[in-house]
Amino acid sequence: MTDVWIAIGVLTVVCFTIKAVGPVALGGRDLPRAAERLIILLPAALLSALVVVQTFASGRELVLDARAAGVAAALVAVALRASVLVVLLVAALTAAALRAVT
Amino acid sequence: MRAALPLVIPTILIGASFGVSASTVGWGVLAPVVMSAIVFSGAAQFATLSVLGGGGSVVAAIVAATLVASRFLAIGVAIGPSMRGGRLRRSIEGQAVVDASLALGKVGEARYGPRRLIGSTAPQYAGWMLGTVGGVLLGDAIADPEAFGLDALFPAFFLVLVVGELNDRAARVTAAAGGLIALALIPLTPPGIPVICACAGVLAGRLVARS
Repeated sequence: MTDVWIAIGVLTVVCFTIKAVGPVALGGRDLPRAAERLIILLPAALLSALVVVQTFASGRELVLDARAAGVAAALVAVALRASVLVVLLVAALTAAALRAVT
Repeated sequence: MRAALPLVIPTILIGASFGVSASTVGWGVLAPVVMSAIVFSGAAQFATLSVLGGGGSVVAAIVAATLVASRFLAIGVAIGPSMRGGRLRRSIEGQAVVDASLALGKVGEARYGPRRLIGSTAPQYAGWMLGTVGGVLLGDAIADPEAFGLDALFPAFFLVLVVGELNDRAARVTAAAGGLIALALIPLTPPGIPVICACAGVLAGRLVARS
């Protein structure tokens, strides 16, 4: 149990620091145009990577499970311009239905 | 704030699954709730839980959690220039940053509003706390979140957010490159590294924008 509290204490400091670095170092600055052009693209890279990791990763393994089916169905819903709530429902229901039958 | 609301229910449920899992491995009631309140990073919390719960050392748990939280360095770089005020205020407002902030906190091209950040994260924080408390108190009375497909909700939500970013060719190439880098690194590196390395995808985006 001591280990749990040590981890909580250390990670509180670590996570605070990680989140503070960007705002403290760069806050209020006008970055050079070249750097800004790269930063504009960061959300596309990070969000896309999060989709991939949360769909296909199970620890260090690549897996194809009900999540992938849910995300594929969500992609169809996005293409049909469904609202966010509908997209999320489609993803969850598809994954749940697939798990129910397998 | 409204844009973040569809994610509150899944956040509550995933928070509950954290609470249930934590009490199952003997963390009691207080530790999981305190962790959700002050660490407030689902990815880091689950990483800690899986290492310690699996019998790993506290150092291994901290390293694993730090790696998955490392993406907030990159997110902080994207959002940092928009932060105003003194260092203390900037570092505290920076705590409101979550993954979804990259899209939800935006007020213009490469500009983020601290009030929008805090407004879109507040419901997530409330949901995360509510879920954790419910999870540790109700324990196994809560059904398995995976049976309801809840683990498909977050990738689907990020999918909606990334599609909103794909306004030009540079962004589309960046997203494709970032996704491919992450995919290639999943089996090769510890969790957390694929996402932070995916930032290199912006270079591919810049190359096509210039050509």
